Amino acid sequence: MSRVRVLVGTKKGAFILTSDGTRKKWEVTGPHFGGWELYHLKGSPADPNRLYASQTSSWFGQVIQRSDDGGKTWNPPGTKPEDLMGADGMPNGASNMFVYDQSAETGKPLTTHQHYDGTQRPWEFKRVWHLEPSATDPDTVYAGVEDAALFRSTDGGRTWNELAGLRDAKGKLWQPGAGGMCLHTIVQDPSNAQRMYIAISAAGVFRTEDGGKTWRPTNRGLKSQFELPDPDAEVGHCVHCITMHPSRPNTLFMQKHWDVMRSDDGGESWQEISGNLPTDFGFPIAVHAHEPNTIYVVPIKSDSEHYPPEGKLRVYRSRSGGNEWEPLTKGLPQQNCYVNILRDAMSVDSLDPCGLYFGTTGGQVYASADGGDSWEPIVRDLPGVLSVEAQTL
Amino acid sequence: MVRVILPQHLRTLARVEGEVSLEVVEPVTQETVLDVLEARYPMLRGTIRDHVTRRRRPFIRFFACEQDVSHDSSDAPLPEAVAKGEEPLLIVGAMAGG
Repeated sequence: MSRVRVLVGTKKGAFILTSDGTRKKWEVTGPHFGGWELYHLKGSPADPNRLYASQTSSWFGQVIQRSDDGGKTWNPPGTKPEDLMGADGMPNGASNMFVYDQSAETGKPLTTHQHYDGTQRPWEFKRVWHLEPSATDPDTVYAGVEDAALFRSTDGGRTWNELAGLRDAKGKLWQPGAGGMCLHTIVQDPSNAQRMYIAISAAGVFRTEDGGKTWRPTNRGLKSQFELPDPDAEVGHCVHCITMHPSRPNTLFMQKHWDVMRSDDGGESWQEISGNLPTDFGFPIAVHAHEPNTIYVVPIKSDSEHYPPEGKLRVYRSRSGGNEWEPLTKGLPQQNCYVNILRDAMSVDSLDPCGLYFGTTGGQVYASADGGDSWEPIVRDLPGVLSVEAQTL
Repeated sequence: MVRVILPQHLRTLARVEGEVSLEVVEPVTQETVLDVLEARYPMLRGTIRDHVTRRRRPFIRFFACEQDVSHDSSDAPLPEAVAKGEEPLLIVGAMAGG
């Protein structure tokens, strides 16, 4: 029988939740890296026991961790005991070295971006928000970082190189959202290894057609009337999350700061699908593993009130690819609930029926084993949840 | 031998317990001590000082002989008692937050 492993990043460490395919009883291990912020953990689709984790601290900066045994043991890549005594000599300790590429061959000058006060600031690395392992190679992994840029490792996280062409896509006009200027979403097109989408707050969605060398903004149709002086600007939109069903790589779903959006032409144009949602502000968006037109969001009251409307925690599901939404409430608190669900904190497994998982800033991780019809907390009192990723084993 | 006491989170990262003893060729300075420390424990690179600029991270402090030497030049000699191993060099996470 299949098993499920849910990787949970929190403000004070990582937790790993495992269950058999019934998803009724869960084992919780952790905290791993106790006391550190774990912005994101994700497993390689090509080798589910290869996990990558982003561990950060205001004091000690960025650390990348890797597990080759499904989360039982972890090491910064290149520092396993055998690496330290290996034939290659001492490793250079570069697994946390994220330096913007200014080389003549592949890099770009260290450009500037817009700051909160309208002045220009040079790019400065702060942390890794999101790790996206390659769909096909366990040693290749992408990192979305703050200040917004995309890095790639092809040696299992030992060394990283920036894909600097992204900053060419009107980077001067990008600006930080309230959480910082972060590259938080990386979507690989399963039908075309050269095509990839990324999203940045607050810059928008960008697409590459050449494996990451060059990029262009794909934000036509987004409207940000309260965030930007030109609501239809080519860049500057505060995109919170995008997702895709692997069987329909030209269809993308987006939770923007305000508005839930959809594109059916690979990001060339976007249409609003907020429909009857009680509010169209929110952070994550997810798509059902087997129904490419079934999507999920968690409406949040507003950008200044980061909690559910009416104190009721409701996931909304649309089976029609948007516009018509139904609230899913069974098993979720329907009074006095004032948590938030962050952009990387919702995920699906690929069992049948499809399982869904999300974590809250209040430290609960809720799971549904029936496509969202009913929910139960797996664990209630973790530190605030930053990310949730489900693996079907 | 120069004795170094790491903050708890870096001891965990480097998988060490208690003090670290390092053979440092003179002159014994912040820079030469960190060079040896990072060579022995490569997972600490970037956590105490920046990879490229080699400047101390803002929330890291260096204490020696009951003095804060964080703002001394990184190539200034550390106190003789540290160089001789009579006193440890403390690498400390600065007080921040609540």
